[in-house]
Amino acid sequence: MFELFGISSQALFGQLLIGLINGSFYALLSLGLAVIFGMLNIINFTHGAQYMLGAFTAFFLLQYAGIGYWWAIVIAPLAVGITGIIIERLFLQWLYKLDHLYGLLLTFGLALIFEGTFRNFFGSSGLPYSVPPELQGGRNLGFMFLPNYRAWVVVFSLAVCLTTWFVIERTKLGSYLRAATENPTLVRAFGINVPRMITLTYGFGVALAALAGVMAAPIYNVSPQMGANLIIVVFAVVVIGGMGSIMGAIVTGFGLGIIEGLTKVFFPEASNTVIFIIMAIVLLIRPAGLFGRAT
Amino acid sequence: MQRATEPSVAHTWRSQSEAVAFFLMVCALIVAPMFAYPVFLMKALCFALFACAFNLLIGYVGLLSFGHALFFGWASYVCAHAAKVWGFPPELAIACGTVAAAGLGTIVGALAIRRQGIYFAMITLALAQMMYFFAIQAPFTHGEDGIQAVPRGKLFGFIDLADQTNMYVTVLVIFLGCFLLIYRIINSPFGEVLKAIRENEARAISLGYKTERFKLLAFVLSATFAGVAGATKALVFQLASLTDVDWPMSGEVILMTLVGGLGTLFGPVVGAFFIVTLENFLTTMGQWVFVVQGMIFVVCVLLFRRGIIGELAQVLRIKL
Repeated sequence: MFELFGISSQALFGQLLIGLINGSFYALLSLGLAVIFGMLNIINFTHGAQYMLGAFTAFFLLQYAGIGYWWAIVIAPLAVGITGIIIERLFLQWLYKLDHLYGLLLTFGLALIFEGTFRNFFGSSGLPYSVPPELQGGRNLGFMFLPNYRAWVVVFSLAVCLTTWFVIERTKLGSYLRAATENPTLVRAFGINVPRMITLTYGFGVALAALAGVMAAPIYNVSPQMGANLIIVVFAVVVIGGMGSIMGAIVTGFGLGIIEGLTKVFFPEASNTVIFIIMAIVLLIRPAGLFGRAT
Repeated sequence: MQRATEPSVAHTWRSQSEAVAFFLMVCALIVAPMFAYPVFLMKALCFALFACAFNLLIGYVGLLSFGHALFFGWASYVCAHAAKVWGFPPELAIACGTVAAAGLGTIVGALAIRRQGIYFAMITLALAQMMYFFAIQAPFTHGEDGIQAVPRGKLFGFIDLADQTNMYVTVLVIFLGCFLLIYRIINSPFGEVLKAIRENEARAISLGYKTERFKLLAFVLSATFAGVAGATKALVFQLASLTDVDWPMSGEVILMTLVGGLGTLFGPVVGAFFIVTLENFLTTMGQWVFVVQGMIFVVCVLLFRRGIIGELAQVLRIKL
């Protein structure tokens, strides 16, 4: 272990790692928001609540069915994704032709319902969820101690993000999606079932949020409010990156996580606000966002 | 020509129905203290003014701010601090809170109007959250405790606001004054330009209007009125706390306006009274309040987009 700028390497790289982990969640969530916004033209305020639902599903699976982390990471996104599909069919599909502020208000209402209900049954304190046995412990890298689970979170979420990028930007399915984002009427004329694609897109975006929730469960406690404050930060991330580009969402998410981590080391008072301050600066310099197209 | 037949109505009011409704509202608010607790009424009036201020932005410019708690809450902090620590009289304390809200409104507005539509809502929400963290960290807000035991003082040096009736009349006068001012703004040439921007911004630009300036001024006005409401509330409850700057407060004012009717004159007032009354009934139910609020959001957006006053105006075929 050595020192850098008067700060021990353990503290510096430890915070950098936390930053990377937060960045993974920012990236996964803003990616989901961007995908949903592209197809549905709705900003999904329920995203934070759905992240929380993912974590709680993992908790329930372990608590009441004895189903561990590795199954939960598959089952929870599927289950929450299906509730997302139900929400889209029941509520959201009626809003596409309206001003998109209604989509925001409706999903905000749904977030209040989910979070209020869970807070009613589980209070405000967090519930513990243990790290799966395969990933317990860690290794000493010389300049820092790296817990295995945290390394897994960073690697796995990066893999999920890049796979999503690949599917949307480089495959035939993705080209349909992008085409339907540009001009849904024309794509329907080619015989592609666009409404079903919209429904599945929402389900997929929501599943990404739930996946992030499952991964977050062993790091933070499982609590009803875990998504409420996170989603506001993710909104700022989305404003900074702009929602036009998938890669933009991923890069901005990870980048801001790292910047936040560094702020915790060098200027801890500002660690809560640094992302919002960056957002204000970006708005002044590049109003369309770093990767956005001017509208 | 209409002016010749009904001069007095046409002078101040655009339509007779609005004049009658205003008269009824004033009468109801004058007799109300005989039937309800003054503190409850004052709370509802502060929220009604807050919702009217918010409605000025969403109803007449079409901008959805998700961060109005910022102006409401910070005005209440500044007012409470001025009254308690600096020993300012109530009228000056409220003025301080209002000026603070106007200043914050200028900064936030200038940043937020750089993006349109959905981004506008996200930016206002994010900036409000940032100021919420400042409120937690700043020493003068006293964190979780808030500023407690704020003295109400003597208005203009001789009206003792510790008396509930005096306080109620003061709040009522502030509310009615701001209400008429907002009415005047939305029916002025400036207000007509705002509505033009709401309907078609590109067209307003092509007609030579610098829409950014109009939007910014509307935002600052809205923030200022929200500030008046927040500062007044601090004196009524003799308390400024984190609740008023947190995001659920921004959600609540949206809900009030939505329930009453977006873009209607009396909707925000009715919506505020409806939600405050509802919350009074639900105080014992803990977190279910949020669930109920969420359900009202869903129902309003799906089935009831005009709100109470909007539907009423539609049925009676009048302007409200």
